[in-house]
Amino acid sequence: MVHWSPADLDALLCQLRDEGFRVIGPSVRDGAIVYTDIDALPVGVGDDQEAGRYRLRERGDKTRFGYNLGPSSFKQYLFPSREELFAYADGDIVPAPLDDEKLAFVGVRACELAAIQVLDRVFQGDGFKDRRYQARRQNLLIVAVDCSQSAPTCFCASSDDGPGVGEGADLVLTELLDDGEPSYYVRAGSERGAELLAASEADAASPELQGRARAVVDETREGLERLLPREGLRDALLGALDHPHWQELAERCLACGNCTQVCPTCFCSTAVEETDPVSLRVSHVRQWDSCFTAGHSYVHGGPVHAGIASRYRQWLTHKLASWEDQFGRSGCTGCGRCISWCPVGIDLTAEAEALRRTP
Amino acid sequence: MSDCLLPTMCTITGRKQDTADVFTLSIDPPDGEFPFEPGQFNMLYIPGVGESAISISGRPAEANKLVHTIRAVGDVTRLLGIRETRERIGVRGPFGTGWPISQAAGKNVVIVAGGIGLAPLRPVIYAIADRRDDYGDVSLLYGARTPADVLYREELLEWKRAGVLDLAVTVDAARSDWSGDVGVVTNLVGRIHSDPAATVAMLCGPEIMMRSTARALLDIGVEEANIAVSMERNMKCATAFCGHCQLGPYFVCKDGPVFFYPDVAPYWQQREF
Repeated sequence: MVHWSPADLDALLCQLRDEGFRVIGPSVRDGAIVYTDIDALPVGVGDDQEAGRYRLRERGDKTRFGYNLGPSSFKQYLFPSREELFAYADGDIVPAPLDDEKLAFVGVRACELAAIQVLDRVFQGDGFKDRRYQARRQNLLIVAVDCSQSAPTCFCASSDDGPGVGEGADLVLTELLDDGEPSYYVRAGSERGAELLAASEADAASPELQGRARAVVDETREGLERLLPREGLRDALLGALDHPHWQELAERCLACGNCTQVCPTCFCSTAVEETDPVSLRVSHVRQWDSCFTAGHSYVHGGPVHAGIASRYRQWLTHKLASWEDQFGRSGCTGCGRCISWCPVGIDLTAEAEALRRTP
Repeated sequence: MSDCLLPTMCTITGRKQDTADVFTLSIDPPDGEFPFEPGQFNMLYIPGVGESAISISGRPAEANKLVHTIRAVGDVTRLLGIRETRERIGVRGPFGTGWPISQAAGKNVVIVAGGIGLAPLRPVIYAIADRRDDYGDVSLLYGARTPADVLYREELLEWKRAGVLDLAVTVDAARSDWSGDVGVVTNLVGRIHSDPAATVAMLCGPEIMMRSTARALLDIGVEEANIAVSMERNMKCATAFCGHCQLGPYFVCKDGPVFFYPDVAPYWQQREF
């Protein structure tokens, strides 16, 4: 456990780059926090979120992690939104080279880390393994951060996925604030993380600092405004497949698929063929798909999920219920993105509660 | 470990037009041999067009020949239909679960097929014919749109003549020269006179046909755990990565396509599920 200044944090980013990592983390773009290649962390940025609403604001301090989740998740770096699986050229299948670049994710929140672990179960769990995902995942270094504030859309504590970072990160930071000046309580979560800490020349953290870090997380947890109690939720939803509320929901839902695109665990994809008209090289590309499209459930004769009600039901019952049967846990880590980025402000926690109630 | 998302290009060695819109391709399998379980499927690939999930319809004992019977209904299947011998297509598989053939040993077998649904069940008949003494009464109840749409006509008659199975065929519509049954395949369930408690049923066809047939079988006393059905959902990857074939707690590509009745019947009650 050490105590870092913002300069120590900057030094970590440099060190990671020097070690050949591609450093991915938060930056401000188009009025939102997004994950991109970074040289430095944004300073003094906060956000205001509500159902159907997301705005950045100046905090008037020097925090590096004073905002919550933006629309992009780390999913896009482990499972890219578009990716060639193979090509067909000169009469043969040519596998796309495996992308084994060393990635370092910086500023990974607790619910984000949990979401990565959900994707691990999808792409490298008990069944088939996706070699592309495995190649990226095995070199991944995770620098996580406890949340020192929550958005009104957050509900991570409902599934114990946050706001404190759980197992699986290499380094975990807690941002502490003294008169607008941040510092960091840092601990290692892996051998690799311990090596990084040993290499830094920072002071060891005092027990008092550890207590403050714990208090930050506790305060955040207590400040959470939304909850989605998970007890009995799976059975309640699967028992409510003919609930009239699905139809009521369908009258508000636009089937735009935003919720599935911002969700850090939605993994649906489709495959498209792209042929170069000159060389006739065919590229077989996997790209993100959404269960809100008619094509998603198409079989000969028409889509199985013809109406919006059945598409929303597919999404919600998969995410919060049948995911448990398939992967041993809920598909939702409580990040709240689907609430903020729904253009009509549908709140899945409220919808799930409504579906729990007998009509 | 090999990459489960990569097809292998294979040469078509034979092509037969079964009916107006159904044809059978024989393919030189990848690595010369292609062991599979009856009921499993492959992803067939035409470069530049895409992949399609097609059940394997050949004889399990003939692992050096890969056989698919295909109905031309979509982009990929229509183009597969105009491929000629010596041309190459991509093959990826086999995927999914198989029919409960070992569970059926020592019992009576009722096979119920609708239309192209006979294709994934033909390997079951081959397997039974190869070890006919292992099974009790075997019946095939088969529904087609018209007499001209009856698949594997000569083979079915040969199996009937050889005593491999009792055959009952019904069609949705026919002209006056058809002397057989007209109507839904469910109507043929009454022809079964074997002990229903010692019967394993295998159903493949449109969902509504499997639903009504399963009910009819339950009514005559076949146990629900002895009724197997093959489900159809959209499939893109066949490896449970793409999410399209999700059905309640299952991925049809991985946990199916063959399920037992109690596993999927609750979802048949739900419209658009």
